[in-house]
Amino acid sequence: MLKLDHVRVRRGRFTLKADFRLDAGAITAVIGPSGGGKSTLLGIIAGFVAPDAGRVLWGTDELTSLPPARRPVAIAFQDNNLFPHLDAFANVALGLRPSMKLSPDEKARVKRALERVGLAGLERRRPAALSGGQQSRVVLARLLMQDRPILLLDEPFAALGPARRHEMLDLVAGLAGDTGATVLMVTHDPADALRIAGQTIFVDEGSVHAPRMTRALLDAPPGALAAYLGPA
Amino acid sequence: MAEHIFPMNRAVAGGALAAATVLALTVGPLVAVAGRADGSAGLGPADWAALRFTLLQATLSALLSVALAVPVARALSRRRFPGRAVLVTLMGAPFILPVIVAVLGLLAVFGRNGLISHALGLFGLPPVNIYGLQGVVLAHVFFNLPLATRLVLQGWQAIPSEHFRLAASLGFHKSDIARVLERPMLKQVLPGAAMVVFVISLTSFAVVLALGGGPRASTIELAIYQAFRFDFDLGKAALLAVLQFSLGAVAVAAMLALRMPDAGTPGHDRPLVLWHGQDGAARLVDALWIMLAGALLVLPLGAIVARGIGGIATMPAPVLAAALRSLAVSLGAVLVGLSLALPIAFGAHALGRRHPVAAGIMEAVGTLAIAASALVIGLGLFIMLQPLGDPLRWVLPVTAVVNGVMSLPFLLRALVPAVARIETRFGRLADSLGLVGWQRLRHLHLPRLRRPLGFSAGLAAALSMGDLGVVALFADGHQATLPLQLYRLMAAYRMEQAAGAALLLLVLALALFWLFDRGGRIGAET
Repeated sequence: MLKLDHVRVRRGRFTLKADFRLDAGAITAVIGPSGGGKSTLLGIIAGFVAPDAGRVLWGTDELTSLPPARRPVAIAFQDNNLFPHLDAFANVALGLRPSMKLSPDEKARVKRALERVGLAGLERRRPAALSGGQQSRVVLARLLMQDRPILLLDEPFAALGPARRHEMLDLVAGLAGDTGATVLMVTHDPADALRIAGQTIFVDEGSVHAPRMTRALLDAPPGALAAYLGPA
Repeated sequence: MAEHIFPMNRAVAGGALAAATVLALTVGPLVAVAGRADGSAGLGPADWAALRFTLLQATLSALLSVALAVPVARALSRRRFPGRAVLVTLMGAPFILPVIVAVLGLLAVFGRNGLISHALGLFGLPPVNIYGLQGVVLAHVFFNLPLATRLVLQGWQAIPSEHFRLAASLGFHKSDIARVLERPMLKQVLPGAAMVVFVISLTSFAVVLALGGGPRASTIELAIYQAFRFDFDLGKAALLAVLQFSLGAVAVAAMLALRMPDAGTPGHDRPLVLWHGQDGAARLVDALWIMLAGALLVLPLGAIVARGIGGIATMPAPVLAAALRSLAVSLGAVLVGLSLALPIAFGAHALGRRHPVAAGIMEAVGTLAIAASALVIGLGLFIMLQPLGDPLRWVLPVTAVVNGVMSLPFLLRALVPAVARIETRFGRLADSLGLVGWQRLRHLHLPRLRRPLGFSAGLAAALSMGDLGVVALFADGHQATLPLQLYRLMAAYRMEQAAGAALLLLVLALALFWLFDRGGRIGAET
């Protein structure tokens, strides 16, 4: 269970407050207007943003002051998720071991991860030689390699067209199903949330609303969310 | 942000150590030299004359370079002609040109037996005299006009083309464009550009050694050299060294306060379409300026090549030995420079997140070498090494260390922003993957720093290859580097051999730069 316990972050005039819990293994969408605090929320969980008050808990482990790499968290950013000077294999291998010194067994695991996301045979391509969708698949393969129980997606598929994006979301749901990961994904599109996220968190002007069932929330949105979604 | 919880202590410590080393290498020698000053010496009238001449030549060089750069840059910004790109690229060349080679080239054009004197002779006019103030300023303009032109050209190209389009649609006259668009830009760019030239001319040594001299055209640097080399008056040398350092420090402070224009990297040259200056008179004026600047650049370089080819065959063995020593010194300097610059760049970045002022100081210490004089550092290091026995044994290592420290400003200039860019783009990703320390350096920074690393190491190598500074103070015949050997051939009027050595030095310096720069580009991803 991931728990944010009375977390408060202040950056200049912006304050974000979060107090909620997520069941392990759930896929949760984070929706809300730009500048509302979605990325800050993910940053708090990933360890990039230090809370001024409150605690971040994973089960009974307190994460609040752990460095990003030592948290049970893997994250995909909106862009710059891949090192352009490294090929697909190396980018994925980094998820397993930053030294990239892999045993034959580990190399086989990296290969399998790439196969799992449909990139067999493209190991030696650098990101520039891959399409946008293929790059996203490399990112997913690395997330798989990192094998962390919490998966944070800060709109890594925003640049893809709807069809590609849906493919990726389905892949994410499949991978999360395999590994039992708890997923938190930022999106602008309610359809994305409906597609794979059982519950949704609405974030607006620094307040993080408690998660609710996606379908119920979108069918009868409260005031601020209704304004964000616009007329149906 | 994460950095509040996890400061990168090791990077900061490494940077602090490197900065402390630089401080010890720049200020330490000054203290050592000052300790030898007995105070009885005092500054004589000749020393005050040297101070006046130093300021005079640097001021004239700065004003002239910048004043000439404006019409040349304007011409280049609004004309398209074949060879334009080559000319703009060539303007980067004087920067890595060994000073003593350039002086030889200038002598071939402006000297008593040079092209211009011969041309004047055809009309029964006396030859021009290149020695003295005019020669020193001419050489400094030769080196710095291209640099100033590139700075001003970038200023022109930074004006959005929409503004020129708007001016055209509003029916602006030439004077309106100058008032509204060009003069505000020049006001921003020129003071910084002039200050750079001033600082470079302030500490210039080889030019004054070759073209100045005598009581009427001696700078403080030259006075230090003479006080040590001929009078062995350490007290006098120390006093002058302190004077030179203070002068440099004030100038650098002024330069930093002026917010420097960015010299950028070569090949950064967008075409600009202007809707004015298309009449015949403007075209003619522009053409004349471009030809003048081109001739000033190309004639001396051409003369070196033309005269040197004959001399290469007759190269005496000592020249080749000196070339090998120079190569070793140059590579040593690159090693010293990089092993100081990289920790400072990483340290300043790590520190900058929480303590921007401290980071600024760390970077400024690395840049201190601009103010310091290579002669003073060298002299101080020798005094410090004296207890270890014959300091002459240390000539070449000390030269390499001094050259490495002197190249720091250029290295930092390229590396600091590059490190910041890499961390902005990939810092979080690397953090989340646990890429720290050596792994981060190896898998993230080194591959992405290849271009700026290659470019700046190339600069350092070429500058060090051509440097005639410290080594002139101490080296005897067995330790001469190629620039010193060349200077000796010139002093002995063995001009054909000198031309050959100059061509060799030119080729070596350019080749070093090319190799490093090239090495940084091959396989590098942007």
